[in-house]
Amino acid sequence: MRDMKMRAQLKAGITEVKALISHPMETGRRKNALDETVPAHFIQLVTATLNGKPVLEAQWGTGVSKNPYLTFYLRDAKVGDKVAITWHDNRGESGSGEIAVTAA
Amino acid sequence: MSEQDSSKQHLPRRGFLQLTLGAVAALMWMPVSALAALWNKAAFEATTQPEAAKGLQVAGETPSSEIDIIAPDFAESGAVVQVEVKSRIANTEAIAILVEKNPTPLIANFIFSGGAEPAVVTRIKMAESSNVQIIVKAGDRYFTAAKMVEVSLSGC
Repeated sequence: MRDMKMRAQLKAGITEVKALISHPMETGRRKNALDETVPAHFIQLVTATLNGKPVLEAQWGTGVSKNPYLTFYLRDAKVGDKVAITWHDNRGESGSGEIAVTAA
Repeated sequence: MSEQDSSKQHLPRRGFLQLTLGAVAALMWMPVSALAALWNKAAFEATTQPEAAKGLQVAGETPSSEIDIIAPDFAESGAVVQVEVKSRIANTEAIAILVEKNPTPLIANFIFSGGAEPAVVTRIKMAESSNVQIIVKAGDRYFTAAKMVEVSLSGC
């Protein structure tokens, strides 16, 4: 399982969710030191839920940077609510993280 | 063709909002092949900006000043360019980020639901200096804004 760092902070009525996902995000065009093309390996789908209900769905291409960073904002979250993020990549790997909303 | 004729109302939605919310909830249990089918391959593998927009079923996007884009004027490295996007357009459902001069221009498409604000911050790769174009879907309409980012070292 790849590492994911998450934080969800409630301030002034809005919860700011930040996530940093550990992933190579290879485009399939890069050459390594031996001049071999590194196969594409990138996250295609990211879904986020608040207490199990969908709040955000993202489709990504190869243009998202290595070790993807994402911030989004939730209106209806309360302290203690659970925010979860799950991703799936083009090789069938997946990962997820969950965190409770805290007060800023 | 016949499908297009019979469901003109719904087809544009499907390109941009390719997943239903039920599908999102079911993602965790889906086999890889089903996931691959959900990813908008035509849009993400398009090699020109107009083709990518077409893949998202965007037709006739209107320039809008209600899309805020925060990105650097100048980026030392194109490998990591932070882009912040916020839509002030009512009923924003989705925000797509495109880089016109990237080998595959479509970077990401974010679809909001269930109390998510129509705003995201992410970091993208840029092959060269280019406009970063945002396309917002609000109901059946599409809006766009762009910001030029100068890149000194390619990130693709």
